[in-house]
Amino acid sequence: MDDIRQRVRAFLDQFLHGHRIDDDENYFATGHFNSLFVMQLVLFVENELGVPVEDEDLEMENFNSVSAIARMVERKSRAADRG
Amino acid sequence: MTFASTGLDPDQRLARERFAAFADEHLVPHADAWDAAGELPPAVVALLADHGYLGAAVPVGHGGEGLDEISFGMLCEEVGRACSSVRSLLTVHSMVSHAVARWGSPGQRERWLPELATGRAVGAFALTEPGAGSDAGAITTRAERVPGGYALTGHKHWITCAGIAGVFLVFAKLAGEPTAFLVERDRPGLSVTPRGGALGTRASHLGDVLLDDCRVPDDARVSRPGFGLTAVGASALELGRYSVAWGCVGLVEACAAASLAHADSREQFGRPLREHQLVQRMLADMVTAAAAARLLCRQAGLLRQAGDPRSVQATWLAKYFAAGAAMRAADDAVQVHGARGIGGDHPVQRYLRDAKVMEIIEGSTQLQQITIAEAAYMFRARSEPDRAPGRQWSVTT
Ligand SMILES: Cc1cc2nc3c(=O)[nH]c(=O)nc-3n(C[C@H](O)[C@H](O)[C@H](O)COP(=O)(O)OP(=O)(O)OC[C@H]3O[C@@H](n4cnc5c(N)ncnc54)[C@H](O)[C@@H]3O)c2cc1C
Repeated sequence: MDDIRQRVRAFLDQFLHGHRIDDDENYFATGHFNSLFVMQLVLFVENELGVPVEDEDLEMENFNSVSAIARMVERKSRAADRG
Repeated sequence: MTFASTGLDPDQRLARERFAAFADEHLVPHADAWDAAGELPPAVVALLADHGYLGAAVPVGHGGEGLDEISFGMLCEEVGRACSSVRSLLTVHSMVSHAVARWGSPGQRERWLPELATGRAVGAFALTEPGAGSDAGAITTRAERVPGGYALTGHKHWITCAGIAGVFLVFAKLAGEPTAFLVERDRPGLSVTPRGGALGTRASHLGDVLLDDCRVPDDARVSRPGFGLTAVGASALELGRYSVAWGCVGLVEACAAASLAHADSREQFGRPLREHQLVQRMLADMVTAAAAARLLCRQAGLLRQAGDPRSVQATWLAKYFAAGAAMRAADDAVQVHGARGIGGDHPVQRYLRDAKVMEIIEGSTQLQQITIAEAAYMFRARSEPDRAPGRQWSVTT
């Protein structure tokens, strides 16, 4: 989980120009993200964290903080392991 | 010698030859006539479908070709070399196919993907409105919940293939949240008005789409409310941008081919034009631009194929460069042809008109400049202090 958080933070840092965010903070509120960001985030989660993002995952609560993304990735990885 | 096949695997080389032969046989001889008539004959859709090209972005499991990104790009290049109106059809149709394949429910995929792959339904992408162009987030088309579905009301304009589409991917606000819907052409409340007299892509069946309390069932909604633009629209526009960028490579190639031929055969001051150095400058720029634009498209294609987040930025670079290159190449191509380039019996004047469109659609040149410059800061050293101004959450086409 810590590793995932770290990778998400590193990904988001690229957009934040040095602005610091807490893991539970809604980073969208910082105003640093444009419309192209969501596609890049989806590709990052799929490609670099290794979980597919499906239609039903598209809820803001799954994406709006470092912790939220890490929780979703954990949950989906566990489900995939079980499945 | 050409660089067009550099780095391709054997299957891709064969695909490229097939696409080029298709364009030369079926599109090049007719493109000027279609442009003059302001429409494509229905046989063109059947022809594209028969060759599997309408299923280019449809996964194999749903009756499509599931082309790899580079092959899809080369298809757009070869079709774009011949006729930008047909390339526009291929682009918007593939955008809708991709949106359904990527974000559609299993039911939507089962219902629509085979229809799209076979061309029984042509897909159109209905986002732009009179008050919402570059700023797509400003759309005012409304979706209201009604028993059993939704009621859509609004006005979309400049919609490619509006005149022939069987299904529209419509973007509307549902309780203020941008949301995507699949709307069949024959739904009561949906009407299309053709838009003639366009400068370029004249045969692409442009039209306005009016939605007047148009009722659609529950399962017409694609993905979640609120993600209509940032996920469904954005991934379709990504593909559209990629497709247009490759189409522009084709336009530059067409300009170069026409100009090389003309400069070879036309003599002034006792020498063929090709021997005049100022003409050589224009020829050199065209040939170089084609190779450079293709490399940027390839870079974007390889990153898209790998699912790499950098593919988004790479696609903007490719589209920005290729559209500008097409405009410059077409301008020079007309210049090389002199008065013949202005006349209606030579394709270079069509290339020039079509190239201008490419600087406006799928993110205008100015919007690309803004986006590319902003994104460039992502790659700066992380230690830079925070000087970025707060940005609005906006969506651009
Ligand atoms: C041939 C053709 C086919 C099309 N097909 C489709 C289709 O199939 N589906 C669809 O939904 N739409 C389609 N469109 C519409 C197209 O997407 C829009 O034209 C495009 O998004 C630009 O919007 P606009 O024309 O309203 O221009 P505007 O947004 O009004 O822009 C006008 C000018 O202002 C500039 N500008 C705008 N904002 C800024 C800014 N912030 N900074 C600097 N400059 C700025 C633009 O670059 C442009 O030069 C099509 C258009 C054409 C011409």
